[in-house]
Amino acid sequence: MQIRMTLNREPLEVEVMPRVTLADCLRHQLGKTGTHLACEHGVCGACTVIVNGQAVRSCLMLAVQANGAEVVTVEGLTPDDEEFGPLQQAFRKHNALQCGFCTSGMLTTAHALLTAEPDADHERIRSVIAGNICRCTGYLSIVDAIHEAGESYRANKERA
Amino acid sequence: MKLPPFEYASPRTLQEATTLLSKHNGDARPIAGGQSLLPLMAFRLAAPSLLVDLANIPGLDRIEIRDDGVHVGALTRWCQIEADRRLTAAHPLLSEAVKHIAHYQIRNRGTIGGSLAHADPAAEMPALAITCGAEITIAGAKVSRVLAAKDFITGPLETALEPGEVITSIRFPKWRSHRRWAFQEFSKRRGDFALGGVALHFDEDAQGHASEVHIGVFGTGDTPGRLSAAEEFVRGKKVDAGLAQAAGNIARSAVRVASDMHAGAAYRQALIGTLIERALVEAASRAIEE
Ligand SMILES: Cc1cc2nc3c(=O)[nH]c(=O)nc-3n(C[C@H](O)[C@H](O)[C@H](O)COP(=O)(O)OP(=O)(O)OC[C@H]3O[C@@H](n4cnc5c(N)ncnc54)[C@H](O)[C@@H]3O)c2cc1C
Ligand code: FES
Ligand code: FES
Repeated sequence: MQIRMTLNREPLEVEVMPRVTLADCLRHQLGKTGTHLACEHGVCGACTVIVNGQAVRSCLMLAVQANGAEVVTVEGLTPDDEEFGPLQQAFRKHNALQCGFCTSGMLTTAHALLTAEPDADHERIRSVIAGNICRCTGYLSIVDAIHEAGESYRANKERA
Repeated sequence: MKLPPFEYASPRTLQEATTLLSKHNGDARPIAGGQSLLPLMAFRLAAPSLLVDLANIPGLDRIEIRDDGVHVGALTRWCQIEADRRLTAAHPLLSEAVKHIAHYQIRNRGTIGGSLAHADPAAEMPALAITCGAEITIAGAKVSRVLAAKDFITGPLETALEPGEVITSIRFPKWRSHRRWAFQEFSKRRGDFALGGVALHFDEDAQGHASEVHIGVFGTGDTPGRLSAAEEFVRGKKVDAGLAQAAGNIARSAVRVASDMHAGAAYRQALIGTLIERALVEAASRAIEE
């Protein structure tokens, strides 16, 4: 099936079999290997991408279901490939990653959250990332990083 | 884990969807959010030859508050129910229960119709629908029908749906003002399936005695259901801490539970008793808006 989507702000078309998940389409057909796969059945959150503004598990979505959608992957959070965005900077500052396997899912989830709710407090952040497993950090640094990045998202929202 | 091969159709009308589904003799399945079906397929517990995507059929994802209750379209996603502020007055128990379902990303795709059709014994929505006496509207290629939730859920992952049928909406009967309610569950990680849970509501007469007592439990055995022993005990009495404790004890011995890899039977019985006690105390002590 031929599908059309906007990936990190660029429109594209791709031919996919119905059985291909959005995650595999992104990684194998579109070269966006920043999206990580661990459990491949919806429990870990590593594969989170943003579809039409909402965080979703890309291992639990068919590529054909993304026909016509706007998709943002972790690569899309660094528009010019040079400067880190506020979330990435906060993650670096707080050492919110060790092996980095969960990180793209954490960043995409947090980006969707803070774009919609820049005022999210610690409690809200914890409940949202409860769906993302990290085997390394113990989560506290991740929660702190997301909370700190909220400030930039608030400023962006006020400017808009 | 990669999915087994299948064909995919994305019809624009309900008629097209039911016709496609009934032509395939039970070998075709509807897909809504895919949050339960795709994991099943990944594990090869399901391998339909055709998936009929319901997502592009307009009009199935609305929440309407009418005189006879709250009507929720089958394709309504958890995140939409959670965000609908009208429900905190129109059906506070529905609003609260949905907060406990699955994780953030899954809530952005999972639907109420998909959850009922999937009929997981540990899921919140089938239990809530049975507790509240909800009705489920089902469309087939030729006829439509309406079933009470308790007749719809027939076993673990089993429903009264015939091949080719699709759930179109769920009606929760009108919520009485001043109704008392609570929702309690326990899961190891927030958003995971609960080891056990309780949804309940009751009304009070002028003397403060409980009437119309509905107590539902889930995560206990093959299907969620109401616990009539506890309901009968509470009916006609004033709910306070002592009564809640006694009701919890009755529930503990009356509830039928199963052991599985997540928890043993004795643990689950104790859990249900405790949750019912807590839920009754919570319901009785909640400030009621005039
Ligand atoms: C990690 C994880 C944790 C979860 N935790 C919870 C939890 O705590 N509580 C909970 O309740 N759920 C939980 N879920 C499941 C989630 O809520 C699903 O969204 C829901 O059970 C199914 O909805 P869906 O729209 O995704 O259905 P789908 O996966 O699309 O479909 C499920 C089944 O229903 C059928 N179906 C779908 N829509 C219709 C319809 N309109 N008419 C007829 N048949 C239909 C499909 O053919 C399929 O058999 C969890 C899922 C995951 C992956
Ligand atoms: S890989 Fe998708 S949730 Fe684990
Ligand atoms: S940093 Fe290693 S899993 Fe999170």
